Amino acid sequence: MSNEITTRMGDGERVLFSAEEIREDIRVGTAQAAERAGIPALSAEEQEKLFDIIADPSRIVSVQPGEEVIVSDDGCSMSFYGGQDGGGVGAPLSRMQAVLTYERACGADTTSLGHSDYSFKPVKPIINFEANDYYNTSMVTTAPFFYGAQPNLGLYFQPDGPCPNAAELMPMGKIDAARQAQEEAAGHLTRDLVFVGSRLADVGLEGLNLDTSGSAGDADFLAALNAVARLKEKVPDLPILMGASGEFIIGMHGEVEYDGQRLAGLYPQDQVKVIETAGADIAGVAINTTTTESLPWNLSRSVTFMKAASEASNIPVHANVGMGVCGIPMMEQPPIDSVTRVSKALVQIGKADGL
Amino acid sequence: MGMEIAHIMASCMGGIRTSGDLVAWMQMTRRMRIHEAKAYVAEKLGVGIIDLTDEEIMRDIRKDLGIGTVTSIAGSPKGIRAKIKVAELLDINIRSVALFKSQMGF
Repeated sequence: MSNEITTRMGDGERVLFSAEEIREDIRVGTAQAAERAGIPALSAEEQEKLFDIIADPSRIVSVQPGEEVIVSDDGCSMSFYGGQDGGGVGAPLSRMQAVLTYERACGADTTSLGHSDYSFKPVKPIINFEANDYYNTSMVTTAPFFYGAQPNLGLYFQPDGPCPNAAELMPMGKIDAARQAQEEAAGHLTRDLVFVGSRLADVGLEGLNLDTSGSAGDADFLAALNAVARLKEKVPDLPILMGASGEFIIGMHGEVEYDGQRLAGLYPQDQVKVIETAGADIAGVAINTTTTESLPWNLSRSVTFMKAASEASNIPVHANVGMGVCGIPMMEQPPIDSVTRVSKALVQIGKADGL
Repeated sequence: MGMEIAHIMASCMGGIRTSGDLVAWMQMTRRMRIHEAKAYVAEKLGVGIIDLTDEEIMRDIRKDLGIGTVTSIAGSPKGIRAKIKVAELLDINIRSVALFKSQMGF
């Protein structure tokens, strides 16, 4: 078997695969996604199209003219001035300068502002500072300008927050207490999300991004859904993008429901439905990248999940394509050969409305 | 940073270089899927879908409509001035524009 096609592993390592090995990883990847989520696998034709994208000898690939989609962002301008742990290049720019550079030098479809912690809880005590920065910047931006952060329920557990630590209670067998702690924490989180969203809405917020919802499990996801619904009641014209944090919602609580739908274990095609029901305008899908598997395997899975989510949704669906999600290698500086292949495949085969 | 730029080069509409901001507004304010949003914007601009990401076409359109060009033309609209025009063009509510207009006594 000849090794002739360059591709990547999930951690970014460059590897040489034969055509047969790539086709086999595509086949196994889509079959695994289909079995897990109960969705159709990619057809033979789609698998061959994905093979062509991955095996393209060009360093960079792209969609065809007319196929372009919206590239929204989750704090991308922070990459200008942030550190390497967030993929930042450490340029000494203010937040406004970074946002305008992203809009005008990079041609981004949307821009955003976010607190450097990128969680909503730390924003609460400095909301007036954030509102001032948002308002001032919104006066000079032309493209849609979001405020974004992660719900991050984990910050509400002791010692960082007021609630008993569910992750400590569960190993002790105190399941009911752990569930109660998560419900209490979710209440705090929803109130904070509504508080921050409302205050920013007062200064002309153009769009709110609840990024990486559900990172602490189903109660985290529930808190975000409840916040979306309450914000839409309070500020009906506020556009909201709600993105997920993984390919299924982790059942840390296990029993919480939204609109009669149990949240634990929901895959993307069902995540987008509850996000839509809550009232969000754009849904974000995140598929985990496995570092020990190849890009063909990871991307095949991601495209399979993405396609099912797009078909199930009535609202735009954007694929989260940051480091370590939707087939992007899990490293601080993902190689652009892999990034552009992920980008093209999610649009052409996954039918994403945006990234 | 290179990752964001790679996505923009591979599959992005191009923001204010072309019409990406306009199509994004339609997804945000009307929940339009990508094809519907593109068709809506193309109809408002009187161009074809393929023209929406053509810099050579969109540059003149943006300049003529006063909705902001990516290169800086002294005295031409950008920021909130351009967004006022965008809201009128697309018949949508942009919240920063609504606040600004209320402050200006429009």
